[in-house]
Amino acid sequence: MGAVDLSIWAKVNAAKPLLAVRGLSKNYGSRIGCADVSFDLFPGEVLGIVGESGSGKSTLLSCLAGHLKPDTGAVLFETAAGLRDTLTMAEAERRRMARSDWAFVHQNPRDGLRMGVSAGGNVGERLMAIGARHYGDIRAAAVDWLGRVEIAADRIDDRPRAFSGGMQQRLQIARNLVTGPRLVFMDEPTGGLDVSVQARLLDLLRGLVREMGLSAIIVTHDLAVVRLLADRLMVMKGGHVIEQGLTDQVLDDPQHAYTQLLVSSVLQV
Amino acid sequence: MTLHADPVAAESYNFAYLDEQTKRMIRRAILKAVAVPGYQVPFASREMPMPYGWGTGGVQVTAACLTPDDRLKVIDQGADDTTNAVSIRKFFQRTAGVAVTEATAEATVIQTRHRIPETPLTSGQILVYQVPIPEPLRFLEPRETETRKMHELEEYGLIHVKLYEDIARHGTIATSYAYPVKVEGRYVMDPSPIPKFDNPKLSGSPALQLFGAGREQRIYALPPFSHVVSLDFDDHPFEATKAPHDCDLCGADDSYLDEVITDDQGSRMFVCSDTDFCRTRQAEGQLGVLGAPVLKGGV
Repeated sequence: MGAVDLSIWAKVNAAKPLLAVRGLSKNYGSRIGCADVSFDLFPGEVLGIVGESGSGKSTLLSCLAGHLKPDTGAVLFETAAGLRDTLTMAEAERRRMARSDWAFVHQNPRDGLRMGVSAGGNVGERLMAIGARHYGDIRAAAVDWLGRVEIAADRIDDRPRAFSGGMQQRLQIARNLVTGPRLVFMDEPTGGLDVSVQARLLDLLRGLVREMGLSAIIVTHDLAVVRLLADRLMVMKGGHVIEQGLTDQVLDDPQHAYTQLLVSSVLQV
Repeated sequence: MTLHADPVAAESYNFAYLDEQTKRMIRRAILKAVAVPGYQVPFASREMPMPYGWGTGGVQVTAACLTPDDRLKVIDQGADDTTNAVSIRKFFQRTAGVAVTEATAEATVIQTRHRIPETPLTSGQILVYQVPIPEPLRFLEPRETETRKMHELEEYGLIHVKLYEDIARHGTIATSYAYPVKVEGRYVMDPSPIPKFDNPKLSGSPALQLFGAGREQRIYALPPFSHVVSLDFDDHPFEATKAPHDCDLCGADDSYLDEVITDDQGSRMFVCSDTDFCRTRQAEGQLGVLGAPVLKGGV
């Protein structure tokens, strides 16, 4: 498996892909992290990656976001100068892109936030990193973004420590989206949150993604999350992509035995 | 190699305490630091006969710069007569036998802790700073690997987060010492814990400024006439602050002041932190509110 014809998508969506991944592999010694992953992601599209623990989802995401260096393959990103391979780019350029065009939402907000810095400072950091030097403007942008993620403006000078888990996660999202990135990587954004908070966070994410026309890659093992958010779905197992297609198609008519197992394993309440 | 006139010193210590190979290693680091202004050059810091935090970095840099003809001045918080300054001055008198002075203008090498002298420095002078923590990003980003990467890639957004936090909490940039600067438009540098009042003196100084951090094993430098800019926001510009008083002893209104509590009733006086500057002015007859009666009483 894994030999899904990607040309279909190219025809369906005439626009140029925002992100094109070709033959991406990463091994940990003799063990496979992820193997031969290829896909295209188009502007405004949300791709879900599901699979069991250890299936290589997070490895794949880290390779895409430049946190890990893959062994082989190419990660092409649409820049002002056309498609560029982010793996061969100079590190300075890649990190500049990671600050402005990309965003990475960690599963644990503590990994993505500066816990010793106020909420406003957290949101403002990316702005200052790309050259904002006007305190009033930075502050206004932070207030605006806290509002968008439903954090009261009077919490702007509180440290993230004083926030609940759900608020921390929303703060992390605000911090990442403030520079208007084009592509967001999310590693289990709702993991570790209780269901009602999850639902609100998903609602918020869906709204932001649609409103800003973001492309996103969401790694999760929660099928409900991808059902709500993702346009397209990739199912991974043992480092390989075993099935991919439209979310509803994959979830309602799973072809691969593992996908069938995965879909049937979800508890119906 | 360099032998000193004093036979006792020559027998017991090499000139200026350090052996020549160590001095050579430090001079190489200094040369590199001067070539790349603001860049922190690692060096193999030696154990010195004083505790860390007492200026082991500055002492090593001074030792590597001293020649027998030099005239050394050592100040601690601007004062020539405090423990740290006295002990380091004595240290070099004993181990190098160099001439010492308290007059800024007469000194060729000045080792300083946390101040820049008020008297403008001149070409040919070397100002050596004692630096406790050379990394300006340290308290924002604890990983050394990451801060090095940030310097390498010129990713300095984080330093403004610190200033942002100041304004958010206090309404103004409350950082009053170790105020971060950008050197020659490239490296962000910690000017050691000098008050921000002294920051403007860093820029365009005709003297060579060397920074030594012994515990952290780093040397960095500002060559003469380096362009140094204190970081700020467009709507909260940098401001060199001092206590809004004149010196009570010499009446100077443009020098950095220490606040001295004089009794249990809360009486206080403000005096120049630079003792040499203050004494010179008093000798010239310029007296402050409390300076005049004290001197008259003494006479």
